[in-house]
Amino acid sequence: MKRCAMQGRTRNIYLIPYMLWIVLFVVAPIALIMYYSMFNIDGAWSLENYRRFFTPVYLSMTLRSFWYAILITGFALLIAYPTAYLLTKTEHKQLWLMLIILPSWINLLLKVYAFIGILGFYGPINSFLRIIGIGSRQILFTGFSFIFVAVYIFIPYMILPVFNALEELNPSLVDAARDLGASPWATFRRVIFPLTVSGVKAGCRAVFIPALSLFMITRLIAGNRVITLGTAIEQHFLVTQDWGMGSTIAVFLIIAMGLTMIMTENGKLVK
Amino acid sequence: MERLSSIYLVGVFIVLYAPIFYLVYYSFNSAGTMYSFEGFTFDWYREVFCDTRLFIILLNTIVIALLSSAISTVIGVLGALAITRVKTKRFRNALLTLNNVMIVSPDVIIGASFLVLFTMIGINLGFGSVLISHIAFSVPIVVLMVLPNLEEMSPTLIDAAQDLGASRWDVLTRVVIPYISPGIFAGFFMALTYSLDDFAVTFFVTGGGFSTLSVEIYSLARRGISLTINALSTLIFLVTLLLVLGYYIISKQGAKPGKAGVRE
Repeated sequence: MKRCAMQGRTRNIYLIPYMLWIVLFVVAPIALIMYYSMFNIDGAWSLENYRRFFTPVYLSMTLRSFWYAILITGFALLIAYPTAYLLTKTEHKQLWLMLIILPSWINLLLKVYAFIGILGFYGPINSFLRIIGIGSRQILFTGFSFIFVAVYIFIPYMILPVFNALEELNPSLVDAARDLGASPWATFRRVIFPLTVSGVKAGCRAVFIPALSLFMITRLIAGNRVITLGTAIEQHFLVTQDWGMGSTIAVFLIIAMGLTMIMTENGKLVK
Repeated sequence: MERLSSIYLVGVFIVLYAPIFYLVYYSFNSAGTMYSFEGFTFDWYREVFCDTRLFIILLNTIVIALLSSAISTVIGVLGALAITRVKTKRFRNALLTLNNVMIVSPDVIIGASFLVLFTMIGINLGFGSVLISHIAFSVPIVVLMVLPNLEEMSPTLIDAAQDLGASRWDVLTRVVIPYISPGIFAGFFMALTYSLDDFAVTFFVTGGGFSTLSVEIYSLARRGISLTINALSTLIFLVTLLLVLGYYIISKQGAKPGKAGVRE
């Protein structure tokens, strides 16, 4: 009896700091964002921000941000899937995997900064274009450079979950498909890919949400050519000081995040 | 086919590492640009080491990283202990979901919402707000690193300790914590790298007077190319390599079996 009571009490003691953290830094900030989204720039309570969000300016910005995020996720998957697949076939795969993951430990900003030089007017890419006769052109500060750098940044985050899913795949299933006369493509499409779709989903989730919200890549690489949801939020909070509108965009980003989470949840929607 | 696949893999490797080595290479360029290598120089490194402002920022970054990861490790371990002790499944799932919300939240959202929070409760932007934010976003990863260790721990270990007369404090410090120490260590390391890596959240909650390395690099890079950043990145790259290597070696040792409970 006494021991039960004691256990009850210690459980509460462990919970106190953790619950405090949850309430203060998870629940309260989200609630505050929703609260602020209902104030216009003059500090009056209104739904004006939501009305503004559905005007063509913000809607097209949102759609473009989604389109960029879809392209980035797609290209990252296109490059990462074969890489992960080939990695599982190598001899020292854990070592190779670690080498692939290592660049992702290096500060993001430094890698982005490197591309300012690489894609610059006098950089190696442009020298190469000059040598093969296309001639140098402005690569930096375009939509292309944004997608290119973002894909570069996100590849390791896509490789890891796909690699793990491929590792769990029972190789005898692939052998069985081959024995039954399936072509390599059919084996991939009907056996390998469906069985690793959980890894693909996890990778897409890890890439898609940040692709919507990273603002410093757009600022440094794309100039002001590309405005993602993240850039817009940063702009409203730190430049124009319109916290209400910034919060409104943040609310929609949170909704997008929730939807992405639900859609990529394993074995629930797509089976 | 074999050849083609190794060419592809090597290609991916080259692309992944090229920007890093590109930065390192030009950090030795005396011409001061990121193209046309003129001559070898250590000038940019000298500049990094002579810049007291940069040195203070570096100190800030390290202090914030160590403090925030230590504190978030404590809160995270308590959180993991709390979650394993919650018996109702719904409450437990709710806690885990809230924990994950922080992990998947984009940095902009965390940064913006913390900015609103700090302004609301009147915390001045600067060292304090940055430290609190770093603690806040590192807690969930510590929880996730410690939780599997706690869950695989057999409850009979605790029963045995209690039967042998250990107090609750003894059970915690001499049985549970030694057992989950690999998870605690991994959590601490992850929190450290989260803090060192963070740019967006810090960017939002740092006032004018306080800066960390990431924020400083961003503002330097917005002004254009300066080979001091290259020299700095080379140094950061080396430190990162050492950290990852150290983590790898220690976690290899920690993974050896038969260390649970026998600390002293």
